[in-house]
Amino acid sequence: MTGSVQPTTAAPQKRARSLGVARNLGLVVALVLLCVVGLVTAGDRFASTNNIITVLSLASAIGVVAIGMTFVITGGGIDLSVGAIVALSSVWASTTGTQAMAGDVGWIVIATTAIGVGIACGVINGVLIAYGKIVPFIATLAMLASARGLAEILADRKTQIIRDQGFRDALGARPFGVPVIVFVFAAVVVAGWFLLNRTTFGRRTFAVGGNTEAARLAGIKVQRHTVYLYALLGATCGLAAVMLMSRTQTGSSTHGLMWELDAIAAVVIGGTLLSGGRGTVVGTLLGVLIFTTLTNVFTLNNLSTSVQAVAKGVIIVAAVLLQQRLANRNT
Amino acid sequence: MSEPLLQLTGIVKEFPGVRALDGVDLTIRAGEVHCLLGQNGAGKSTLIKVLSGAHAVDEGKIRMDGEPVSFSDPQAALDAGIATIYQELDLVDGLSVADNIFLGHEKTRLGFARMGDTRREARALLTSLGHPEIRPAREIGSLSAAGKQIVSMARALSRHARVIVMDEPSAVLDPDEVDGLFRVIDDLRASGKAIIYISHRLEEIRRIGDRLTVLKDGRTVAADLPARETPTTELITLMTGREVSGDLPRRTQPIPDVPPLLVVEGLGRDGEFDDVSFAVRPGEIVGLAGLVGAGRSEIVETVYGARRAHRGSVTVDGRPLRRGSVHAAVAAGLGLCPEERKSQGLVLDEAVYRNISLASLTRFSRLGATRDAAERGAAQEAARSVDLRPDDPDRLTRTLSGGNQQKIVLARWLLRRCRVLLLDEPTRGVDVGARSEIYQLIRTLADDGLAVVVVSSDIDEVLGLSDRVLVVADGRVVDAAAADSLDAHAVLDRILATHEAADDPSTDHRPEGDAA
Repeated sequence: MTGSVQPTTAAPQKRARSLGVARNLGLVVALVLLCVVGLVTAGDRFASTNNIITVLSLASAIGVVAIGMTFVITGGGIDLSVGAIVALSSVWASTTGTQAMAGDVGWIVIATTAIGVGIACGVINGVLIAYGKIVPFIATLAMLASARGLAEILADRKTQIIRDQGFRDALGARPFGVPVIVFVFAAVVVAGWFLLNRTTFGRRTFAVGGNTEAARLAGIKVQRHTVYLYALLGATCGLAAVMLMSRTQTGSSTHGLMWELDAIAAVVIGGTLLSGGRGTVVGTLLGVLIFTTLTNVFTLNNLSTSVQAVAKGVIIVAAVLLQQRLANRNT
Repeated sequence: MSEPLLQLTGIVKEFPGVRALDGVDLTIRAGEVHCLLGQNGAGKSTLIKVLSGAHAVDEGKIRMDGEPVSFSDPQAALDAGIATIYQELDLVDGLSVADNIFLGHEKTRLGFARMGDTRREARALLTSLGHPEIRPAREIGSLSAAGKQIVSMARALSRHARVIVMDEPSAVLDPDEVDGLFRVIDDLRASGKAIIYISHRLEEIRRIGDRLTVLKDGRTVAADLPARETPTTELITLMTGREVSGDLPRRTQPIPDVPPLLVVEGLGRDGEFDDVSFAVRPGEIVGLAGLVGAGRSEIVETVYGARRAHRGSVTVDGRPLRRGSVHAAVAAGLGLCPEERKSQGLVLDEAVYRNISLASLTRFSRLGATRDAAERGAAQEAARSVDLRPDDPDRLTRTLSGGNQQKIVLARWLLRRCRVLLLDEPTRGVDVGARSEIYQLIRTLADDGLAVVVVSSDIDEVLGLSDRVLVVADGRVVDAAAADSLDAHAVLDRILATHEAADDPSTDHRPEGDAA
């Protein structure tokens, strides 16, 4: 049914980690309950292979952004500009100029442009925050406004159609009947998990988010690391733009609207601490799947997007309250 | 003379892993300025929080007018007549003076603010404090630190406080403002209020205090001494001295006769310290002795690159360190156990082994991927070599005692194979039993060839642990000698000599940039 639940962190689960496992279990239970509701109310329309693939491909682009967001939040930051960066990346990568170049060189030009624009925005965010000492909320709020504005200027508020056949072929492929972007999402989840839990980069991220001063005094280059974190998130935004372009065949300044909220919500209900120092990629994956499944179940039952928004809000509050209880009990 | 107004007996307050207050007695009478004296970490701030109702006590009794009371929250303490003026003044910057004075007990009628009454009463209070020039409508943010203090006092009076606790009020004031503050305190005393005055500036206590109580290691070590007559030496001994309970291990092997590993030359930072030079050989322990505020922590943090030096140089093994770069210092083999262990040293919500390996991550990784088993094994070995208890590497760091948390930071630098170890107050917040273990550990590390610098407010600790001692007072090294040739009294004399020169009100305490 929900075939994409990742195995939780392996190896010996002792004090420091048991908390995370309990949380992830809670999320799995929530997701399963949601699926039961879907089955009962929508039956085969919910359980069909087609529907499951739809849910997964809807989850993919926002999911990739949420994984990037997990790193920034774990490192003690926040990024409100992700949706705007997705829009700017998609517009920049689908201008007639970029598409013309892609016609000569290949579709890869479109993908690298999108990811490059994302990284550039992320680096600007990171530098303003780490070296300009602007609080992340404000720095990325400014980026939110500017990036979407720039996207509107570039696109002249028009939707740009992607005509490059190579791009459409490469990313529109469906190996085993599953869209390529779902595989991309899966790969990002695995890579994100590895990066956060099995590399020095991840370890530094936890340390910087958990106690910046202690990290600095242990010799970690905190400012540089902060730039890396925002650049990484920028790259995932660019990648998400590519995935969105392949799904919609368009680049538009309205892409990624309100994604900052969806991404942050998925990260937070996944169990990553908003104050930094604790983060989980698996939790974020589950958070994204819960939100997307919820939307799907509501849509199948012909409930309006307004009702969905209310339900989302309730879920966020419930999840965070539950986590606080868990955290208090364990410390 | 009279019944005590406020009496604390046997106050105990525990936090996970540390007993912050361990039997505090305090007796306050109406119409006196009672000074509370103690080093950082002696328990003054915890005691203030107990008095203000921010912390509930674990054991002990508080009596007001002979009646037992307990403060469940800050409001209860205020209602009982105890107002606290914190060091970082708790005023709301965006509000007016009058609104701040009546914050939390606003003058209202049917939910509407009575602006006129509020301003009028605020003006009356400020006038009674001798400061009619502070206009009630003025915004707090535009006032000087001294003005804010007056407003805080007006707030205390508006609550009809009978006991006013002042936490180092002079720390943010210049000498003229201190005189003004003391005039206000005099008036308050004359009107029958009791003032609890916290400071570690002895000269102020002499001027304003009536009686004093000395805290050390969370205990009252002397109570109700006359503030003006008690000899300074006695006070400093009470604050800093300790019957050396932990055994201080003596050197067992001579310091190898090799060139120094760490050389500090002419180091200075504007407004903090200046002209600091010393050298440490491998195997040698150099101590920095001095009172709180003398600039010792600033010196080691600058050597370490955590603060950027304005003048001078730090060389390790003949190579100069880049200024203001912790990363460069760590790469050159320096390690720091910072003064504030919890906020500067440890990621408290991480596992023990991850805190130990924090400075050595690259050693336990290949192409950026961590080698968990190797890392964990090495961290565990380091934990064993410092005798960490419990030595469970996956335990959350937060749950360990102060002494064991200090051992984690030491283990981090052992694992990193650092060559120069800087220890800032290594036994702060460490209970007496674990102290001798830390001492033994430091000595062993030095015997293994590390160059060690120890900072401590505890003069006996510095003398007992070090081979050579630098006496720091008011941002300068005023003496340097072999530890054997000094005793606590000699060190105190040196500190006091500097203090008496500096206490001349016409001179400024702090060295300025032109002093070099």
